[in-house]
Amino acid sequence: MILIKHELKQSAKSFLIWTLSISMFIMVCVFMFPEIEQEMGSASEMFASMGAFSDAFGLNELDMGSLMGFYSVECGSILGIGGAFFAALTGANILSKEEKDHTAEFLMAHPISRIRIITEKLLAVVSLVLLLNLFIFIISVASMGMIGEEIPWRNLSLLHIANLLMQLEVAGVCFGLSAFLRRGSTGAGLGLAAGLYFLNIVANISDQAEFLNYLTPFAYTDGADILSDGQLNAGIIALGMVYMLVSVGAAYWKYTRKDIHC
Amino acid sequence: MKHAIEIQNLTKYYGKSRGVEDLSLTVAEGETFGFIGPNGAGKSTTIRTLMGLIKPTSGTVRVLGMDVCSQLPSILGQVGYLPSESAFYPGMKVSDILKLSAGMRKKDCRQEAQRLCERLELDVSRKAEDLSFGNRKKVSIVCALQHNPRLLILDEPTSGLDPLMQREFFAILRERNRQGTTVFLSSHILSEVQRNCERAAVIRDGRLIACDRVQAMSQTGARRVTIHGTADVSGLDGIRDFTSGENSQSFLFSGDINQLLGRLSAGNIEDLSVTEPDLEEIFLHYYTDGGEQQ
Repeated sequence: MILIKHELKQSAKSFLIWTLSISMFIMVCVFMFPEIEQEMGSASEMFASMGAFSDAFGLNELDMGSLMGFYSVECGSILGIGGAFFAALTGANILSKEEKDHTAEFLMAHPISRIRIITEKLLAVVSLVLLLNLFIFIISVASMGMIGEEIPWRNLSLLHIANLLMQLEVAGVCFGLSAFLRRGSTGAGLGLAAGLYFLNIVANISDQAEFLNYLTPFAYTDGADILSDGQLNAGIIALGMVYMLVSVGAAYWKYTRKDIHC
Repeated sequence: MKHAIEIQNLTKYYGKSRGVEDLSLTVAEGETFGFIGPNGAGKSTTIRTLMGLIKPTSGTVRVLGMDVCSQLPSILGQVGYLPSESAFYPGMKVSDILKLSAGMRKKDCRQEAQRLCERLELDVSRKAEDLSFGNRKKVSIVCALQHNPRLLILDEPTSGLDPLMQREFFAILRERNRQGTTVFLSSHILSEVQRNCERAAVIRDGRLIACDRVQAMSQTGARRVTIHGTADVSGLDGIRDFTSGENSQSFLFSGDINQLLGRLSAGNIEDLSVTEPDLEEIFLHYYTDGGEQQ
């Protein structure tokens, strides 16, 4: 437990910056909804008829005049990109920073097995992602309440659960990377998160690229699909969880064997 | 006799580059042992293997009777390690670092930490990143000592410490050693090893080239000869580390003393001194080409 506590303290500043930034953007977006709802009318049709752009962001399937339609596009993007970047950074740095910042010699001079180090660091990453999502969910609900809208509990929860799972998958894959890398893990993590996001856009635009949905976790956070199906895509999520578990397994395999250089 | 450290045929390669090769070494419990070698000789590789940071390519390493590869946490519970460079987590005060270190050992070390901080004049309320190199070293020293370990592994422990602090640090080490703590000290400063260690090993190019009592290592048979006046010693066997001034010559001599006396008596000597070399000179003797043959 001592390492989890230590990691949470070490990540406190970064956590607060990301959480407050994402929450603030989501809050501003929700507060904009009443005005946009009034002006939407024919604009909804315009949003839906912008060809590939509409396809890319699911605007062709969503009613931007409804709270959840608007929320899933605007806030979904903020939560999707922001959350994925936070998860990627946290996961990618958590193991590699010990060697990069030369603190590994301090940490590993103590009677703590490498398995325990990996486990506690992994639990710290999961805790940070869970706390980020919990805080943002509360802010979303509070914001909707403040503009006098009825809270669409089911759809809102599904959208946030999908984003939570996506962030856990990204964090897990980056955690795996972190065990292999000494330097450059920040760039690798952010690059991976950005790459996965764009793979989803490509998959939405082109029918021929639909197979990419099996690679990117953003596929199951797509607001249009969640709202139209009224449920999450269990198949793709299960595949994503397999990627996450394999990556975490690889982290255990590598980190318990590797030579630690400071 | 129980061994605190037993290294047998340790070989470590990083890809194709050599770390250490076929190194065997034992350190008895309660001993103060010096480990001498220049940069790149394999000192850090050996120490990191002892600490389980890197895995041997071949050979076995046992610390306090336990295998480093399979019983590392049990070993580390009884070891204090002082790395050559002290790096800590950003934003942490010294007191937080000491608390974290004690917490990871599941020990209450507050009393001992306070005692050590007072002796080393370490301000625990400051952030580690704001400290000088020497003061960061003191934080590492307290972390290594506060849990009263059975074995201390110290890598260049005095770099950055001022002479008064060095004296206090070695006083603490001697007290611990009297209480039974084994000290394994890696250092470039040979006088430090000579003053504070009973035995020492010299490592060169990844291989152990000497391991003996410090006193015995100083008695190699070689002598430092310093001549003021004129004498032709050129061509004599057993001369090394030769330097000459305007009216003086100095060299380490391990050849036939009668031949040297013959040359000196043929010259015009104003003053002559023949002294035992210090460990510094022995070290140079081991590290110059052919040192192994001596």
